[in-house]
Amino acid sequence: MRQIAFYGKGGIGKSTTSQNTLAAMAEIGKRIMIVGCDPKADSTRLILHAKAQTTVMHLAAQRGSVEDLELEEVLRTGYRNIRCVESGGPEPGVGCAGRGVITAINFLEENGAYTDLDYVSYDVLGDVVCGGFAMPIRENKAQEIYIVTSGEMMAMYAANNIARGVLKYATSGGVRLGGLICNSRNVDREYELIEALAKRLNTQLIHFVPRDNIVQHAELRRMTVLEYAPQSPQTEQYRELARKIDANRNLTVPTPMSMDELEELLLEYGLIEEADETIVGVAAAR
Amino acid sequence: MSEPAERNQALIEETLAVYPEKARKERAKHLQVNDPGGGCPVKSNVKSRPGVMTARGCAYAGSKGVVWGPVKDMVHVSHGPVGCGQYSWAGRRNYAGGERGVDSFTTFHITSDFQERDIVFGGDKKLAQLCREVRELFPLAKGITIQSECPVGLIGDDIEAVAKQMTEELGIPVVPVRCEGFRGVSQSLGHHIANDSIRDHVLGTRQLPDPGPYDVALIGDYNIGGDAWASRRILEEMGLRVIAQWSGDGTLNELGQTPAAKLNLIHCYRSMNYICRHMEETYGIPWMEYNFFGPTRTKESIRKIAQFFDGRIQECSEAVIQKYEPLMRQTIERYRPRLEGKRVMLYVGGLRPRHLVGAYEDLGMEVIGTGYEFGHSDDYQRTYPELPAGVILYDDVTAWEFERFVERLAPDLVASGVKEKYVFHKMGLPFRQMHSWDYSGPYHGFDGFPVFARDMDMTVNNPSWSLIRAPWDRKEEA
Repeated sequence: MRQIAFYGKGGIGKSTTSQNTLAAMAEIGKRIMIVGCDPKADSTRLILHAKAQTTVMHLAAQRGSVEDLELEEVLRTGYRNIRCVESGGPEPGVGCAGRGVITAINFLEENGAYTDLDYVSYDVLGDVVCGGFAMPIRENKAQEIYIVTSGEMMAMYAANNIARGVLKYATSGGVRLGGLICNSRNVDREYELIEALAKRLNTQLIHFVPRDNIVQHAELRRMTVLEYAPQSPQTEQYRELARKIDANRNLTVPTPMSMDELEELLLEYGLIEEADETIVGVAAAR
Repeated sequence: MSEPAERNQALIEETLAVYPEKARKERAKHLQVNDPGGGCPVKSNVKSRPGVMTARGCAYAGSKGVVWGPVKDMVHVSHGPVGCGQYSWAGRRNYAGGERGVDSFTTFHITSDFQERDIVFGGDKKLAQLCREVRELFPLAKGITIQSECPVGLIGDDIEAVAKQMTEELGIPVVPVRCEGFRGVSQSLGHHIANDSIRDHVLGTRQLPDPGPYDVALIGDYNIGGDAWASRRILEEMGLRVIAQWSGDGTLNELGQTPAAKLNLIHCYRSMNYICRHMEETYGIPWMEYNFFGPTRTKESIRKIAQFFDGRIQECSEAVIQKYEPLMRQTIERYRPRLEGKRVMLYVGGLRPRHLVGAYEDLGMEVIGTGYEFGHSDDYQRTYPELPAGVILYDDVTAWEFERFVERLAPDLVASGVKEKYVFHKMGLPFRQMHSWDYSGPYHGFDGFPVFARDMDMTVNNPSWSLIRAPWDRKEEA
């Protein structure tokens, strides 16, 4: 069983990319479980055709504690028998979502959810903001991290930050970076840029997923493109990404960049301009 | 350097020698031989080193356990997982008069008992519910305090908003206290935080109906074994009126009306100097430190306090001193011959490391070492002149250091806390628990001194200590 995790900036398309890719993996016969680690609980909706499934933490809150739950109550099976679980968590601004992730994953482990599987995939929210969201990359959890990014500046900042988190746990837990997935936003020279970023992070650009509206069409129907339009060219892209991940042996310890280095890279590709230090902190003339 | 000073300095160096270099350098600053002029300052109020077995507590202990907990007509909620409240339940002997559940709630343990779901989803709703239930269960409680445990701060619960809402809804003050245990280096910050919350939510909210010229507040007395009652009796016999007790056997109303005092009298400087300074700055109320341990210091303090007032009070004060003189003399005559020359090592909290020195001296005993768990430099400044040169001083002493010092200096009595107690019992040494008076008390004032003297005698001269010997030692003898 391989355990993988998808990280990336919020809104970059992690859940869409991961669900389409995992659906393609299921298509080639892999037995898969998705563990959604985001309080929004939207990591499994395309697989389940559901708005949001019952989450571990919400049911635990209703019942009293996780000890009062049975695995079957929170584990749903969707497209091509993909098993789906959502950790769930609080509404924005209260409580500790990170603790919810930890509690939910411990619950899954203790209740034997990790049996008869080829892949467990964790879909984790935006950034590794605290220990809870690093839970999926600790020892004995995900061993391969795929960072979903694009050629936009903030997505690359986030990718670099995630690489830092991976580096921290690479020494203590053995987690490795499997590669960057570029979810294209049609930015100029995007391919070269992400390839350069991957090189600097000591990893690979594992696949460049072009932009195609069919993904949104499928999403409106709460489906992956694999299921909605199995013959479409976009589906082929996800199949290719799935094959690449399955065959991937290029697992590395990342070398995150300093802010200066990252800005140099962005400068080189024209994403930012050289800062004019003479105007910093100067208010507009009236 | 005098002979004992040299010997103690050598002992300090020998004790430090076992530490790794970094720890040695750091701990060295906390261990000194006394210079009554304050020439060898002790470093204090910094983080304890990991692994040394410190006796310190946390900010929650300082707020809930020390400052707020004794306020008897309020319900103090341990907000967070159950352990903090459960294991501090009734751990401090702050006596309170009144009827349990009617006008006294100090012996209850009320907790929000956080579960995993409260961490993940936040505990504010539960807290509001708890406040409503407290109001229903204890309709006569005058207020509620929310004593934050660590997780409340970690997950960012907005207890201030809940407290505000509940204050309006329930019609009694609900006071949020941000005393999460991870804040600060010891219980000391908890005292400060608690003082500040009284300042912000209680102080000045009540009016004393009939202010008088002799109104004083008794501050920093937690009524351990009835201490505050003994202190209050003296002040009242002096002709003063005690309008508030902070906080032993105290009430919300008393805290609120304290700004009517003409003078604030502070015993435990460490835990309540903050509120005294605040009242001085805001209301212009002067404050005075005093010491009611042992007749010598008690008499000095009575006269110092009386000086602040008029001739009438001064006359009354002399009469009080005269009245108790025979009792004090009898006590000394009875116990001093049994305790003369006995040597004591102290290690306690707020004020006792210095305030007890005079009481021991009244019994002919000698304090040969002392230290504070959570003192600051102003505590040590007040300590240097109280003791002769060369006495060993230890701040936030570690288990290793204290054991070694006691082993080498071989005192006749160790006076410290419950964490230390059994170690020294096993060494066969007389020990008194000087946080809680070992189920005894009071020790304050004229009422307290005979009790103190009796307790020291029955501990130091207890024949059972000589019978404590390890079986393997006994075998060697045989």
